[in-house]
Amino acid sequence: MSTEDKIKYTEDLVDLDGKQEYTITVYAENRIGLLNRIAIIFSKRKINIESLNSSASEIDGIHRFNIVIHEGYEVVRKLARQIEKQIEVLKVYYNTNEEIIWQELALYKVSTDEIAEKVTVERLLRQYGASAVVIRKDYTVFAVTGHREETDALVKALEPYELIEFVRSARVAIIKDSAGFHEKLKEFEAEEPGEELVENEFLEKGGKIFTM
Amino acid sequence: METAQDTIQQTEAKAETSQTFFKGTGSQVLLNGLITEGVKTIFGYPGGAIMPIYDALYDYADKLQHILVRHEQGGIHAAQGFARASGEVGVVFATSGPGATNLVTGLADAQIDSTPLVVITGQVFAHLLGTDAFQETDVINITTPVTKWNYQVTDANEIQEVLAKAFYIAKSGRPGPVLIDITKNAQIQIEDFPEYVKCHHIRSYRPKPKVRVEYIEQAAELINAAKKPFVLWGQGVVLGTAEEEFKAFIEKTGIPSAWTILGESAIPTSHPLNVGMLGMHGNYGPNVLTNECDVLIAIGMRFDDRVTGRLDKYAKQAKIIHLDIDPAEIDKNVKADVGVWGDCKETLPLLTKLVNENKHETWLAVFRDYNQQEIDQVITPELYPEGEEITMGEVLRNINEICDGEAIIVTDVGQHQMVACRYAKFNNTRSNITSGGLGTMGFGLPAAIGAKYGAPDKTVIAIIGDGGFQMTPQELGTIMQFGAEVKILILNNRFLGMVRQWQQLFNDKRYSFVNITSPDFVALAKAYYIEGQMVNEREKLRTALGTMINHKGSYLLEVMVGRENNVFPMVPQGMSVSEIRLK
Repeated sequence: MSTEDKIKYTEDLVDLDGKQEYTITVYAENRIGLLNRIAIIFSKRKINIESLNSSASEIDGIHRFNIVIHEGYEVVRKLARQIEKQIEVLKVYYNTNEEIIWQELALYKVSTDEIAEKVTVERLLRQYGASAVVIRKDYTVFAVTGHREETDALVKALEPYELIEFVRSARVAIIKDSAGFHEKLKEFEAEEPGEELVENEFLEKGGKIFTM
Repeated sequence: METAQDTIQQTEAKAETSQTFFKGTGSQVLLNGLITEGVKTIFGYPGGAIMPIYDALYDYADKLQHILVRHEQGGIHAAQGFARASGEVGVVFATSGPGATNLVTGLADAQIDSTPLVVITGQVFAHLLGTDAFQETDVINITTPVTKWNYQVTDANEIQEVLAKAFYIAKSGRPGPVLIDITKNAQIQIEDFPEYVKCHHIRSYRPKPKVRVEYIEQAAELINAAKKPFVLWGQGVVLGTAEEEFKAFIEKTGIPSAWTILGESAIPTSHPLNVGMLGMHGNYGPNVLTNECDVLIAIGMRFDDRVTGRLDKYAKQAKIIHLDIDPAEIDKNVKADVGVWGDCKETLPLLTKLVNENKHETWLAVFRDYNQQEIDQVITPELYPEGEEITMGEVLRNINEICDGEAIIVTDVGQHQMVACRYAKFNNTRSNITSGGLGTMGFGLPAAIGAKYGAPDKTVIAIIGDGGFQMTPQELGTIMQFGAEVKILILNNRFLGMVRQWQQLFNDKRYSFVNITSPDFVALAKAYYIEGQMVNEREKLRTALGTMINHKGSYLLEVMVGRENNVFPMVPQGMSVSEIRLK
């Protein structure tokens, strides 16, 4: 991506009224229903979530949410405080794109014949750093990780060559400056190990357990 | 596959790590837990999915008093009234499905008014979850936006820990409602339960922010330099049991102080620094002078839009200091120059230490001048009317004269609520109970029942409009059966008065569906064996109020008041607080 493109892309992300992309990082206990509780904080204010990823963190039992929204600073700051208020949330950060390292994964399914026949496609793939995940007679699946504009660019490039299917993951992000919380997380775990997640063990066992 | 040997080993291991003290059902261990938490009164309504808990309750009648309400909404409002009057956690039982959904209004009310509740709902068997079983509703997801925390128990072994957490969460920090949904299998499951351990800590939950002294110092500096400081206090003072600390702070600094309706009774009405009520129907001086003060000190209040009016014209000239236990409240509506995070029970004494003694006599006199204008133009005509019609204000004046500020006054929602909050006198904290944030009509009667259980030695007067009363009149049945001594005062203007007032002022008198006819309220009370009378003449008002208050037992008094009386002053919606109208 050229510098000019990058400037253009950044400008597109920032609205005139101060809105821009923010990545909200939530560290929370792994609890059923917490995702809903967090999502409600956005939907209550009619704010659209651009992307949401929930995964394990480096500490057992602590989950990490990456939520991308397009909003102004004040709104994001207040949202973060409301999320942090939830009982099972340990810490919330909110960062602009400059403050994080982030990636999205995109998968592209294209016709294998097209790939085989047209060298330009191969070149395109190299150019975008794609890797083949599956190669079959009828189709091939490629994967690319990168920023939105990178994965988008490959979609455009592949469209003339029978792009059959395309899917992109939610954003995963690492905050450039969050070593402090990692230490705290480790302390939490050392002092108070997390509790086990209690799921419904009786689901689908009704006939065996109860007679009434 | 687990062998018998494994089971024995597991049981032995369990016995070593925890001292088993009780073998019983999930229901029994729940009730034991409630007793350990100090619960004595439960408001509730049984049903299929909570039957095992009610079955167990049969054996606990000597320790747990259960008040059978007539509708789950009545149950939760009663628990709110109980919590607000007593300062303890209100407890509610309801069954699954419709029982649980009937609690939603009360949960939302308790959430916005920071009322500590632990609500237990029964749920269908765990193996039936998600099958649309009889009376199954997704209670956890329905109640998520209106609870501080909620949890579904599917195994009896979870009950003790979850209950302990529920009480800790409900009452710590900024209090709020907590709901536990217990599947029927967990209620009947028999286990060896360890001793109940109260919860005092959850690793991801910080109920109180750490007090930062530098912010207290900055606040003190601003206060000491202020020529025209002004204090706004809210329910945070009451919830933090910081009434004495608050009084010490304002008395040392001599700062005029005004209240939100939930903060009202934290200090006596007669306190010389109490300058009145804020907001839409608040007093003239406090509203106008919000836009003249140089330092605004908000304590345990959340700048609700009914208090601030138009935000872009709100106290723009003032430096704002905001003391609150909930960090999310600071800067939420009004940007603070100094945010003091923390429990005001801790932060106020630190602040009091650093502030200078002061009197602010000249500044206080400005409040008195405005007050005089309001007395002449609004208060005197309302409290001592010359017309034939009885005014709501004069009813309150008579109550003040009879009760001398000692009664607990519970109000419903509407014009009578604003009048009661404006004119009732209070000597004691936790005496004013009303639905502030949600504005729930139907709150008054059941909340008053709960308040009586929360403060049995006090006279409890429920002041309710003719509209609001008709939302939960069935709770007269609860009074009848359990004898809660509640004085019910219906101020009947034959209108949904507050909406009618708006229609008159802003919709060109287009009285769209605000005419409400009522049954014979006194006859209705009599049907429930509750004494009562109706008055529509001024000469009989005082005696009738005296009869109601001195009557042994519950009493219903219906007072016919002026049909088109309005509540003034008023900040019209979308206007700034300094544009408050006296008429």
